[in-house]
Amino acid sequence: MAQDMRHPIESGCPDGFQYMHPSMRRNYGQWKYHEHPRPGVLLHVAHSGDKLWTVKCGTQRILDVFTLRKLTEIGDKFADGYIRFTIRSNVEYVVTEEAKVQPLIEAIEGAGFIVGGTANSVAMISHTQGWLHCDIPGTDASGVVKSMMDELIDEFKNCNMPNRVHITTSCCQINCGGQGDIAINVQHTKPPKINHDLVANVCERPTVVARCPVAAIRPAMVNGKPSLEVDEKKCICCGACFPPCPPMQINDAEDTKLAIWVGGNHSNARSKPTFQKLVAAGVPNNPPRWPEATAIVKRILKEYKEGAKDWERINDWIDRIGWPRFFEVTGLPFTKYHIDNWTGARNSLNASTHIRF
Amino acid sequence: MDKSKIHPTPMLDVLEDGPWPSFVSGFKRMRDEHPDARINETINSLLGQLEHSYETRKGYWKGGTVSVFGYGGGIIPRFSEVAKAFPESKEFHTLRVQPAPGNYYTTDMLNQLADSWEKWGSGMVTFHGQTGNIMFIGTTTDNTQHFFDEINEYGWELGGAGPCVRTAMSCVGAARCEQSCANEHGIQRHLVNTFTDDVHRPALPYKFKFKISGCPNDCQNSIERSDFSVIGTWRDEMKVDQAEVKAFIDAKGRDYVIDNVTTRCPTNCMTLNDDNTLDVDNGNCVRCMHCLNVMNKALSPGDDKGVTILIGGKRTLKIGDLMGTVVVPFMKLDTAEDYEKLVDLASEIIDFFAENALEHERTGEMIERIGLVNFLEGVGVEVDPNMVSSPRQSSYVRMDGWDEEAEKWFERQSEKAAG
Repeated sequence: MAQDMRHPIESGCPDGFQYMHPSMRRNYGQWKYHEHPRPGVLLHVAHSGDKLWTVKCGTQRILDVFTLRKLTEIGDKFADGYIRFTIRSNVEYVVTEEAKVQPLIEAIEGAGFIVGGTANSVAMISHTQGWLHCDIPGTDASGVVKSMMDELIDEFKNCNMPNRVHITTSCCQINCGGQGDIAINVQHTKPPKINHDLVANVCERPTVVARCPVAAIRPAMVNGKPSLEVDEKKCICCGACFPPCPPMQINDAEDTKLAIWVGGNHSNARSKPTFQKLVAAGVPNNPPRWPEATAIVKRILKEYKEGAKDWERINDWIDRIGWPRFFEVTGLPFTKYHIDNWTGARNSLNASTHIRF
Repeated sequence: MDKSKIHPTPMLDVLEDGPWPSFVSGFKRMRDEHPDARINETINSLLGQLEHSYETRKGYWKGGTVSVFGYGGGIIPRFSEVAKAFPESKEFHTLRVQPAPGNYYTTDMLNQLADSWEKWGSGMVTFHGQTGNIMFIGTTTDNTQHFFDEINEYGWELGGAGPCVRTAMSCVGAARCEQSCANEHGIQRHLVNTFTDDVHRPALPYKFKFKISGCPNDCQNSIERSDFSVIGTWRDEMKVDQAEVKAFIDAKGRDYVIDNVTTRCPTNCMTLNDDNTLDVDNGNCVRCMHCLNVMNKALSPGDDKGVTILIGGKRTLKIGDLMGTVVVPFMKLDTAEDYEKLVDLASEIIDFFAENALEHERTGEMIERIGLVNFLEGVGVEVDPNMVSSPRQSSYVRMDGWDEEAEKWFERQSEKAAG
């Protein structure tokens, strides 16, 4: 009964000052510089002379309440009772005395979390929901990330890369994971399989037709029922029709593959922000450990680590050495699929004699 | 829980090995050790379904319609398609809850949220999802309401889901970063809390996201991931502490500064002098942040701070990835009137978007379809050369309004000169 229901308090986004460490409140907008005393630790110094050490650590991201309480217990005992989460789901504790840093690190590591992820490290992989909770995923997210972080953990704990490396994963071509220096994204390779018995009752057909980026879907009568059909020559297998019309199943145990993209960089530092570019596809979607995808990521990281100059992100490095060299050093095949044919594709063609020999 | 009812998870078990913390071990603790049988059974069932996904390489959740009383969005409904085999997790909805800008918490507050969540939900939570919400993953339709009622009483609100204004995000910001040129907290809360109604009651063509970064390093990915990106910057001279420049050179050497600072400047606006001082041609500095990142102690943003606003960033579907475009090259954000102007601009843009975008079309896609000039005229913003990388290359355009447009430019210039 509506009259018995509680009305929500529409307070919106909460005030964060109540949740900030007192040193952060006191020095808000008054920080002078920072140093990086060791991997996983930052030291910020304010104009007032106040010092604040941050210890960053990686977790499994999907936290059970036991793990969450383990994190808060560390915060209570070793870090003044404050916790911040980074946008890549790392945990950050802060302390105002240098002597508290080492005991805090020991407590974090003792509880099984991983200190690192600062500066020129491989940061925690940013990931999405996957099979655990999404309604349209082509793969899992937590499992892919766990598998890769197991292999990249030393690069998270140390700062041996030329610059920071952001890796992302996405479980469909909507790409919720975002842009990354390296992105591992689902790439479907076959058009949707349509259950024509269900389309009329489940899908709003004009909406589905409008959703297709290449106008490959049209209304049709199939077996006497109103349904939809796909022009498979035009279909780019993006899966955009699947969310509004689940009977157009795009996921497939074999034909849903992974593709790997590199060079996405959100920062304005040096060059303008860049989008990631395709480098590898047809990578098997292979649970529970996805070894083929991890091997390619590690290969790219190895060449970047050896070949890039200090402060070059992956896009900066490739800009300097050129794409032919990138494919040469990584051993990845260059195919007709690497040549773009989408809107604006001409801008990606080489209209010059700038060629490295 | 009765051991015979435990679903075997041979593939997921593999993910308990290795040095990185395992989410599977976390799920199993909830299944085996949590005192509440409801949680043991729910998580057992969930693990069974996830294992089934691993075996068959398919997802088995479908959406639906679930919300709390008074709202239309904020919940991600999930109903299992394999509920017969895994009935205890047949309803497994996520609540999206808005965090404070910059994701700050006290341990007490996190514990309180954990208490509420294990009372009403699965006890599994993520800080945070890609839109920026706390994701309380897994509860039933009834308990969705109970959990929301409980946490709403102590200050927490649902985020956006569906075609609405979404939960906003900010970087760590002025609370702990010397590069911050903005009050990210104030900006985020002024913006998103003006549109609370549009957050909770989805009625826009599609989603609309605000993201705020304190400086052009854009740690929040706002250009690439938000319809309305606010980025702190400054317009006076960057600060150079020449003593610290010398100290940096003493520690690292001149070559390091040449190789990693001056020659990396995208506009070649820095000169390293023979006496180890550094000159900056501030009129050509594009505030890229590289030199400030490298020589953090010696170089700092100036004092005349404000923000740049870019509109229209988004990810792939439908027309491909788009970055935001500069719509406001610089605006001050000091006074209440300044903030009012910012909120007014956001209102104009959301109104224009609501009236002119097609169904399921993002702001950037709408601008791509109608052209930036039509968008600017629609929201009442004058053109500015900072909005383009270069002027038009194509001569295919009708320009018989040239004289009036040129006159407008000169008028604006003289108004600006008059102050």
